[in-house]
Amino acid sequence: MNKPLTIALSKGRIYKDTLPLLEAAGIRPVDDPVTSRKLILDTNLDHVKVVVIRATDVPTFVERGVADLGVAGKDVLMEHGGENLYEPLDLKIARCRMMTAGVVGAAEPEGRMRIATKYVRSAQNYFASLGQQVEIIKLYGAMELAPLVGLADRIVDLVETGNTLKANGLEPLEEIAQISSRLVVNKASMKMKSSQVKELIQLLAEAVEKRESEQS
Amino acid sequence: MKSQNKLLQQSLERWRLPDGIEELLPADVVKIESLRRQVLDLFHSWGYETVIPPLIEYLESLLTGTGNDLDLQTFKLTDQLSGRMMGVRADMTPQVARIDAHRLDRERPTRLCYLGSVLQTRPEISGATRSPIQVGAELYGHGGVESDLEVVRLMLEMLKLSGLDSVVLDLGHVGIYRELVAQAELADEQQALLFDALQRKASAEVMEIAGSIIDDELLRGQIIALKDLNGGTEVLEEARTLFTAAGRREPSPAIEEALESLRQIAECASQQQWGVELHFDLAELRGYGYHTGIVFAAYTAGKGEAVAQGGRYDNVGAVFGRARPATGFSADIKNLVALDGERNYPPSAIFAPHSEKSSLHNEIERLRSTGERVVVELPGQSEGAVEMGCDRQLVLSGDSWSVEPVS
Repeated sequence: MNKPLTIALSKGRIYKDTLPLLEAAGIRPVDDPVTSRKLILDTNLDHVKVVVIRATDVPTFVERGVADLGVAGKDVLMEHGGENLYEPLDLKIARCRMMTAGVVGAAEPEGRMRIATKYVRSAQNYFASLGQQVEIIKLYGAMELAPLVGLADRIVDLVETGNTLKANGLEPLEEIAQISSRLVVNKASMKMKSSQVKELIQLLAEAVEKRESEQS
Repeated sequence: MKSQNKLLQQSLERWRLPDGIEELLPADVVKIESLRRQVLDLFHSWGYETVIPPLIEYLESLLTGTGNDLDLQTFKLTDQLSGRMMGVRADMTPQVARIDAHRLDRERPTRLCYLGSVLQTRPEISGATRSPIQVGAELYGHGGVESDLEVVRLMLEMLKLSGLDSVVLDLGHVGIYRELVAQAELADEQQALLFDALQRKASAEVMEIAGSIIDDELLRGQIIALKDLNGGTEVLEEARTLFTAAGRREPSPAIEEALESLRQIAECASQQQWGVELHFDLAELRGYGYHTGIVFAAYTAGKGEAVAQGGRYDNVGAVFGRARPATGFSADIKNLVALDGERNYPPSAIFAPHSEKSSLHNEIERLRSTGERVVVELPGQSEGAVEMGCDRQLVLSGDSWSVEPVS
């Protein structure tokens, strides 16, 4: 008998890129979250549900076991702290890099640098690993603005093409981490729904491999 | 207006409890207390002796033996008398190990159990409790799988009392990973990286890290395979093939022994019909800092984390002068009760009217001595039997008292 499975996805790019992978694993949501405005989506399989939530909430839902599996960016996991989750598969979607960036050509300031970022924990760990003491300024968006108006010397942000940075006269500096979306699994679900969860991981892994080989 | 707001704010703040600290109200406590008594009686009937370790003690003795795992979890304060650092216990297990090693100092197998509040600086997961009521049982002085079996079975009995049925018992053995990294002769930092990736079952990372730090191909393959060695009993067969039939080298006795003890537990579970589903995970390394053998945990539907867990920790007593084999388990009793949503506890109490009559007092005393719960009316109160949570009441008929149902 199949036990119920709940999968947590976030809206937007991760949702769009995860759908083909789920489809390959035989799971297809019957509602569109955008048009139906539903937060719990039924799928073609009676025992599988999809919940659509904010990206940063995915680790919380999965950690607490209200969702068995989820898809979350490595950036989100680094901020949340992923030690209470299993992270068995790199889905290799929504790829980008977490980087430091600053005004083009600007010299590194003397003394304590001010860093504007949404990724407080990642930034703290990164600068601590360099042995640098910095002042972290938590922002929720438009990080690029901070160095321009003198709020910060550098920013830590996700960089995909670098176009936003460029348009604002900033340049990427050092890479902190390669980011992509990961499949995360609740620890209890992995043990209690072992065969179902492992089968799903296997199917998703195959789908990722197939897509990668087609792309290259 | 503004000062009124401030006043309101202050009075709200006064009732606010710190994060993860909660008070329990009668409806919950009825259940907790009932389970507490049953569990301690169960432990007693298995020959376990109850100990009450101190709530607070010097940091050194509180933290020794468990590595760094407990240090950050412990609330600390300075003892005004001695100037030394004290800690509020975050886990009672090391305290009980000390009692066995140092205070009791027996040669024979010793069975101890305990129940009490502990305090943790950080919740297991964000927002969860920081003040569990820890209940547990430990068996000292025997190193074989038989003592592991005993505590596992006792843990399952405890879960039965709490009304759990569909339990999954997760079993692992830290000895396998320990042996493999010892053979690979990894530096501490490399080991930490590998450990972290393995704990997250991050496949690609495990492969990448193992690939870069382990030269020996056979060993590398075995460590990588660990991450997938989880599932039903078939996992033990897979592991046996992987570690012994790999052929080119003598299989390690430590690994063979670990697999053998897991197999014995699986066999016992099916022979004695434990009524739980078994799950094996050879990469489960919970409490790796102090566990030395079998580790186990119980999971149940609707809970995202283990409801009870334990394992073997043979070296904890060493720092107190005597290394004794040890195995045991613990749980948060609040966690066990919260699961027990189905059972309800109907009121069972008798309401006695206010009266000076000695016949009434005698009757109340008699009822109480038979185990009945009698609530006495106070003069001037207008609430009756039902409001006072009673399902029966004492009624005077003629010159004798009788118990009648509340209509």
